[in-house]
Amino acid sequence: MTQTYTASARTRAGTLSGIAALILLVVAIVLPSFASRSLIQDLFFILTMLTLAQFWNLLAGYTGLVSVGQQAFVGFGAYMLFGATILWGVNPVAALFMSGVFALLLAIPTAFFAFRLSGAYFAIGTWVVAEVVRLCVAQWQAVGGGTGTSMPRDARDAMWGVEWIEILFDVRSSAARDILAYWLALALAAATIGGIYWFLRTRRGLALAALRDNVEAAKSTGVDATRMKWIVFLVAAFGTGIAGGLIFMQNGRISPDSAFSVTEWTAFVIFIVVIGGIGTLEGPIIGVLVFFFLQELMADFGAVYLIVLGLLGIAIMLFAPTGLWGFFAKRTGIALFPTQRRLETKR
Amino acid sequence: MTTILSLKDVSKSFGALKVADHVSFDLPEGQALGIIGPNGAGKSTLFNLITGNLAPDAGRIEYLGRDVTRVAPMQRCLAGMGRSFQIPQPFTRLTVFENLLVAATHGQDRRESEVVDDVAHVLERTELIDVANRPAGGLTLLQRKRLELARAMATQPKLLLLDEIAGGLTDAECSALIETIRALHSGGVTIIWIEHVLHALTAVVERLLVLDFGRVIGLGDPDEIMDSREVKEIYLGIEV
Repeated sequence: MTQTYTASARTRAGTLSGIAALILLVVAIVLPSFASRSLIQDLFFILTMLTLAQFWNLLAGYTGLVSVGQQAFVGFGAYMLFGATILWGVNPVAALFMSGVFALLLAIPTAFFAFRLSGAYFAIGTWVVAEVVRLCVAQWQAVGGGTGTSMPRDARDAMWGVEWIEILFDVRSSAARDILAYWLALALAAATIGGIYWFLRTRRGLALAALRDNVEAAKSTGVDATRMKWIVFLVAAFGTGIAGGLIFMQNGRISPDSAFSVTEWTAFVIFIVVIGGIGTLEGPIIGVLVFFFLQELMADFGAVYLIVLGLLGIAIMLFAPTGLWGFFAKRTGIALFPTQRRLETKR
Repeated sequence: MTTILSLKDVSKSFGALKVADHVSFDLPEGQALGIIGPNGAGKSTLFNLITGNLAPDAGRIEYLGRDVTRVAPMQRCLAGMGRSFQIPQPFTRLTVFENLLVAATHGQDRRESEVVDDVAHVLERTELIDVANRPAGGLTLLQRKRLELARAMATQPKLLLLDEIAGGLTDAECSALIETIRALHSGGVTIIWIEHVLHALTAVVERLLVLDFGRVIGLGDPDEIMDSREVKEIYLGIEV
């Protein structure tokens, strides 16, 4: 009699990390009831950078789309949030969704042009698109043109949930807004990681991993590389746009230079992904923590900080090209987000 | 007998180098065709043209009666073309099983749960079942070659293109490989096989095509082809 088989992606480490993630999520939700405001702000920073890093990792780590122009979607999403709030009186929390949608709409023509390029040309092409968008937005006088603008007071006060948070935690409205932004960032990061993880475990996710490893072979085994590139690019733009909107909603002030900063929204994000481990879900999580602590440690050193970041990035690429997580996973075989399908005999 | 694949005056150049020079031939369904020729004769290029990884400069390729000259590799795979690469191209970070799973699900547009048994069966036939859950990046050369064949088989092709999968094998391994390919062939799969290991090739194929400088210089019965003077001069002269 021939044996029959089953396939499963379940592992003990995966189950444990799933439980740990749930506990962590619950703790993170109730955290504002006892954490200081500065911790909440730090966590907001970590969560939004983590979201940006996960999307960049999806682009570069899985589809080989090394974009240096993700700030286009951060900035455009953020500006659309300000535009919708100032011009159309949309509630900032609702406008977050519009940040994502407008970033996605921007991504369609961007992809149309950028997908004609590959490798380094693609990278530069996306950067050029981001600069063009920045220059165009700087002409938009209703949101402050080249100097930027602030979120109007009535829009800030009208944010959904702020009043409720004020009463719940007995805090001032500015602290309540931070808590709201933190919760939204938490939801966004959790949805991003959960969503990407779910996707990787589908049939299309398997194709994405195949593309990451070998494009020509993937095409020859029936993988639709072009469609995968489009899906990933548009999804990444949508998520990056929401993150951008959220970052500047919390910030309360926006200018073209800060919203379209290649250093903040792309260079730092690349650093996070590269030192953490490209092409893995765990990598950006490790990377953002390392990045945050380095920034805290070296906040007073000015430009030296950037030099240290650069040197560290180079060192990791030379000695642990798969990043800190890759280095660790190779030696232990542990995966927090197991996607590997194992063939097992059915008994 | 119906023609599964038909090439008409297919040409391709890389700069001044002609790698396919007015290549024409018809392949009846169910036949096994061997392709031989010296290194650099354009054998692998011909495969890339057939599977769509390269676009020809001129000519026409028909597959199952349909013009596929400009059709993407992925669509040709879905239409039943499976291939192996001369230099193994595994998905290194995926396991052996997952390598086949990609091919079986995307190459045939089926769900993962439906193909598990088929994939496991291919792994058994290609003797890869014991390393099914190992990352493909850690395989030996022999296992990588087997994986190339296995992954192509997993798409359940009507037309299977094999690019030098017998090189470097011991006699016993080679006989096992011949048996596997024979079994596929007798199951109705049409095969085109590029191979330098001539005894392996002639043990399976019914027709032989000789390429040199991108040109077809011989096509016919394997024994007659091997005996022809032109082939001996050009091909064996270099090989011996």
